Amino acid sequence: MSESPAAPLRTADGVPLKVSLRRTVRRSKIKALLLVAPLLIFLFIAFLMPLFEMLWRSVDNPEVSTHLSRTVSALEGWNGESLPDEAAFAALAEDLREGQQERNLGLLSSRLNYEKSGMRSTISRTARRVDTLEPPYRASLIEVNDTWGELDTWKLIQREASPYTISYYLAAVDLQLSPDGEIVKVPEHMRIHATLFWRTLWMSAVITGLTLLLGYPVAFLLASLPARHSNLLMILVLLPFWTSLLVRTTTWIAILQSQGVLNDVMVALGLIADEARWQMIHNKLGTIIAMTHILLPFMILPLYSVMKTIPPSYMRAARSLGGKPFLSFRRVYFPLTIPGIAAGGILVFILSIGYYITPALVGGQSGRFITNYIAYHMQTSLNWGLAAAIASILLFVVIICYLVFNRLIGVDKVKLG
Amino acid sequence: MTIPSYATRGERIWHYVFLGICGLVFLFLIGPLLVIIPLSFNAEPYFTFSKAMLSFDPAGYSLRWYQDFFTSSEWLNAIKNSFIIGIASTFLATVLGTVAALGLSSRHMPARGAIMALLISPMVVPLIISAAAMFFFFSKVNLAQTYVGVILAHTALGIPFVIITVTATLSSFDTTLIRAAHSLGANPTRTFFKVVLPLVTPGVVSGALFAFITSFDEVVVVLFIAGPEQRTMPIQMWSGIREQISPTILAVATMLVLLSMLLLTTLELLRRRGERLRGLSPG
Repeated sequence: MSESPAAPLRTADGVPLKVSLRRTVRRSKIKALLLVAPLLIFLFIAFLMPLFEMLWRSVDNPEVSTHLSRTVSALEGWNGESLPDEAAFAALAEDLREGQQERNLGLLSSRLNYEKSGMRSTISRTARRVDTLEPPYRASLIEVNDTWGELDTWKLIQREASPYTISYYLAAVDLQLSPDGEIVKVPEHMRIHATLFWRTLWMSAVITGLTLLLGYPVAFLLASLPARHSNLLMILVLLPFWTSLLVRTTTWIAILQSQGVLNDVMVALGLIADEARWQMIHNKLGTIIAMTHILLPFMILPLYSVMKTIPPSYMRAARSLGGKPFLSFRRVYFPLTIPGIAAGGILVFILSIGYYITPALVGGQSGRFITNYIAYHMQTSLNWGLAAAIASILLFVVIICYLVFNRLIGVDKVKLG
Repeated sequence: MTIPSYATRGERIWHYVFLGICGLVFLFLIGPLLVIIPLSFNAEPYFTFSKAMLSFDPAGYSLRWYQDFFTSSEWLNAIKNSFIIGIASTFLATVLGTVAALGLSSRHMPARGAIMALLISPMVVPLIISAAAMFFFFSKVNLAQTYVGVILAHTALGIPFVIITVTATLSSFDTTLIRAAHSLGANPTRTFFKVVLPLVTPGVVSGALFAFITSFDEVVVVLFIAGPEQRTMPIQMWSGIREQISPTILAVATMLVLLSMLLLTTLELLRRRGERLRGLSPG
C-alpha cells in the first residue's frame, strides 16, 4: 500500500473526490430547487399571500384609529372613571365633521356597532347635525345623542383605538368584551357560532363514521375479488368520485325532497300516506345522507389500497390455528387495516368540516355548517373581520388534522383514482 | 371471493348477507346517478317521475330540457367561460406542476417533505377558506371579477393534483433507462423526447385531467371572486338548484355524468398504457 491515508482520492482532473462529489450534489440540489421555484413563487402569491391577508384581516382594527384620530389622542391618559373633558368632546366633533365631509364614516360606525349595538345610528345621527353644534361640545353632543354621555361609549373608543383586536375571534366563539374589558358570553339569543362549530364537528364525525361503516365491507370485497371482477366493481366507486359535486347534490335533491322520487315510491307502495311524506332534505338528515354519498369514495379508496397489501394467507393461518371467523377477523385482519381506516377517516373528516356547497343546498336551517356562516358574513352581513376570524379558526383545525395525517400516512402516499 | 370448503353453515349465510350488504352500498353509490338520467327526459317541469313516464308512454318523455340548454344563451355562455377558465388554468397548473415534480423527484431535493406538504395544501384547505382569502387579496390587487383572477385561483387549486400524479409516475420511473439511452448514443434531447417523455406522459395527462375537472366543477371560489361576466357552468347550476325552476339542470347533470364516464375511461386507458410501457402487464 503505497498511498498514505492522508492523500485523498482524486478524480481524473485532479480535484479531490470528496470536493467533486460535494460540488455535484450541490449542483443537483440547486437544479432541483430551481425547478420547484416557479411553482413555489406562484403558490406564494396566489395562495399563501391571500391566506396571510385573511389572517391579518381577522385581527386588523384600523377604523377607530384612522377615523377618530383626534379623539383617540385626546383620550390618551384618560382614566375612564368619569366622562372625559371638553377637549375630547371637541376632538370628536371635529373628527365627525371631517368624516361627514369626506363621507367615510360607514366603516367606523359598522365597526363600533359590532361592539355596542346602536352605535351606527348614534354616529350617523350625530354626524348629520355636526355642523350645527356649538361649544361647549360636551353639552351639545350629549344633547344630540345621550349615548355620548355614557362612560361605556368612551371606554369603547379608547379600547378600539388599538390597531389590533381580538374581538373578531371572540365573536367567532360567541364571546365579547364587556365595557370593562372582561371576556363575557354574548346574550343567549345571539349565540350562534359556537353551536355551529360543534354541529360541524359532530356531524362530520357522524359522516366519517357512516362512510367507514359503508366503505369497509365494500373495500374488503374489492380487495378480495380477482382483478377482473374488482376492476369492474371499482368503476361503481370511481364514477361517483368523478362526477360533478353539484350533479350528485342535485340527484339527492331529486330523490329526497318531499315531492321527490323516494317519497313518491313509498306513497305508491302504500308505505306512507300522501299527507305524511317524510321530510328528508333541508335538514340534518339531508346533509348527512348527501355528504356520506359524496365522501364515501374517499374512504373506500385508501381502505382498498391498504387491504390490497394484506396477504389472504394470514386469515387462513388464523383459521387453521383454530380461530373462529369473527375472532380471526378481529385479532388478525382488522388491526392490519387500521392505517387505511386512519387515512380514510382523517381524509373524510378534513373534507367534511370544510364542506360548503352541499350543506348550503340540502342542509336547510338545521343542517348548516360553520362554513355557511363564513359565506354569510362575507356576502350578506359584510362583517369581513368576523368571516376572516371564523375561517382562521377552521383553518387551524384543518391544519392540525392535516399535520396528523402527514405524520401518520404522509402526503406523498396519497393516490388518486 | 369464494367460500372455503371448510365453511360452516353460519359462515355461508353470513357470506351471502355480506354480499347483500355490499350490493346495497353499491346501489347507494351508483343509484342516484342512474335515477337522474331518465328524469332529465321528463316532459313535465318536475323533478320526479310522472305517471306517463312510469307507464313508458312516449308522450311522457321529451328532449325539451336539452333543447332548453342548447338554446339558452346563459348556459352556452357559462359553458364557454368554464372551458376558457378550465383550459387556461389546466395549462398553467400542468406546466408549473410538471416542472416542479421533476425537481421534487430529484434525489437531492432539500426539504422535500415540507415543500411537498406546502404544494399539496391548496387541496387540503377548505375551498370556502381559500375563496374568502382570495377574495380579500384579489380585490386588493384588482384581480377580483376578472378572468385572470379566476384562472390564477383555479391554477392554485389544480396544482396539487398535477404534483401527486406526476411525482407518482416519476417515482416508478427507472432512471437507468436514461443511462441506457446515453450509452446507445442518444443525446440528452433525443433521450428526453424518445425515452422520458413517452413514459411520463400518461402521468402528466391524468394530472392535467384532474386539474381540468377541478376547475370545471369548482363553485365556491368562482362564487366569491368572479364577476357576472365570468359566470361558469357550476355557478349556473348552483343558482339553478337554488331556484329549482326548471329541470334543465337535470339535463345538464346527465351530460356531466356522461362526461365523467368518458373521463374515467380515458384515465383507465392511460393507466393501462402506462403499465404496458413499463412492462408491468402484457399488452
